[in-house]
Amino acid sequence: MGKLLVANRGEIAVRIIRAARELGLATVQVHSTADAGSLAVQLADEAVEIGPPQALKSYLKIEAILEAAAATGATAVHPGYGFLAENDRFADAVEAAGLAWIGPAGAAIRLMGDKVSARRAAQQAGVPTVPGSAGIVTSLAEAQPVVAETGFPVMIKAAAGGGGRGIRIARDGTEFERLLPQASAEAQAAFGDGGLYLEKVVERARHVEVQVLGDGEQVVHLFERECSIQRRRQKVWEEAPSPALPPEVRKALCSSAVALAKAVRYRGAGTLEYLYDDASRAFYFIEMNTRIQVEHPVTEMVTGIDLVREQIRVCLGERLRFAQADIALRGHAIEVRLNAEDPARDFLPHPGTVTMLRVPGGPGTRFDTLLYQGCTIPPFYDSLLGKLIVHDEDRTAAIARLERALGELVIEGVPTTLALHQALARDPEVRAGSLDTTWLERWLEANRNQLTGQEEVAG
Amino acid sequence: MAQEILSPLPGTFYRKPAPDQPPYKNDGDAVEAGDVIGLIEVMKSFHEVKAEVAGTLQEFLVENEEAVMAGQPLATLA
Repeated sequence: MGKLLVANRGEIAVRIIRAARELGLATVQVHSTADAGSLAVQLADEAVEIGPPQALKSYLKIEAILEAAAATGATAVHPGYGFLAENDRFADAVEAAGLAWIGPAGAAIRLMGDKVSARRAAQQAGVPTVPGSAGIVTSLAEAQPVVAETGFPVMIKAAAGGGGRGIRIARDGTEFERLLPQASAEAQAAFGDGGLYLEKVVERARHVEVQVLGDGEQVVHLFERECSIQRRRQKVWEEAPSPALPPEVRKALCSSAVALAKAVRYRGAGTLEYLYDDASRAFYFIEMNTRIQVEHPVTEMVTGIDLVREQIRVCLGERLRFAQADIALRGHAIEVRLNAEDPARDFLPHPGTVTMLRVPGGPGTRFDTLLYQGCTIPPFYDSLLGKLIVHDEDRTAAIARLERALGELVIEGVPTTLALHQALARDPEVRAGSLDTTWLERWLEANRNQLTGQEEVAG
Repeated sequence: MAQEILSPLPGTFYRKPAPDQPPYKNDGDAVEAGDVIGLIEVMKSFHEVKAEVAGTLQEFLVENEEAVMAGQPLATLA
């Protein structure tokens, strides 16, 4: 029927091989020398070494991957997430070589990958974006009507700045009138350009995201995920559905995602990320990820749809097999990321050899992983070892199931974030679902002792 | 007697703070205790390698972007 080349590694490569095999596709796993013993290489029908450990010389090397595809007679390429998944040149090169690309067309990656063009596409599709100036402002007179729209606090950004430089936050009108001329003068001095952008600051926002699936014409959504528990912008705990959305907001949010994905004739699996403000019940589009995401399993659990399999199907030219009305939410799912990082040492990542592994099981419990007992975790790639996913009838039951499953999991030989998840699962605020994207950083400051393995009896 | 600066972690060794910037140190440079001589990237996070004593950096023993093991000598200091 065909042969799928997996241009990735780790747990997502394993996930893709499983989906391909269920579809009757043969699999080719490309790998660096550091991954010769990996689980993905063991599970694939064929494996091709494409270079030394460093990703730049292997997993990011387009020519080497295309050579491996030609040598093995592969008919399709799945990029996973990270590495080349959102590289439009790679997408174009795969299609130019006559292979099916398991993702959206290069043009859609370009359009949605650029923040300015994505924001414009969203506005044209009627999707709310974070309120701000349409273009550059240079004076208070130009800026006043903009802040009348955005309200306070508002972020003043140097148009020519970057990496957080030249950013000021004004909390009220008086402060704004003082800061704007300062910011303009500073931008002029630092960058030779006094132009400024204004953007509303959405404080204590939640991160919600809508999963979509398209076949290039029809697009459906598979509801939302909430990923507010983050450390340094990295998601740590993800769930579906969001515990915060009222039903009418969920409906409007998911419809907006479908409208935008339809407008760009989206093909494959994609995610539209939003900020959500509990107080005003407003949501704002931030960006689209044109690939399968790490946290896709929670959506699979609550919809019963195998996202990776459907992604491969539509990208091989099949039509979507279901309409929106066929997709229903059932229960609640939570995913936690097990990283080879030591929570007691400021999350220092640590490679090594896994000397002991005990995987949790039982009802509603799934563990997507690259691990096997005796495997070696190389230092060259990210620290994700696996994802523990649980599904149950509601959020309270899912958290109890998560605690139970975390208690069964044993990984020895490398440090992991297991203790963090155990502490989170019993935290009253996590249980109440009162979260925002800065919550975990504050919690870590206050709860360091819970993670050092020296738990104290509360006194 | 020459001393060796050892890699504290396994990973990839970088001699420059960024690809478009000059190396932290070159062969023959004077080094103060605490000076950064390179970076180790481990699992996509970066850690500075510092000289523990002052001296002259005689020679780098590994190339820029070379994979290194924990405890592997990176440079000699005299």
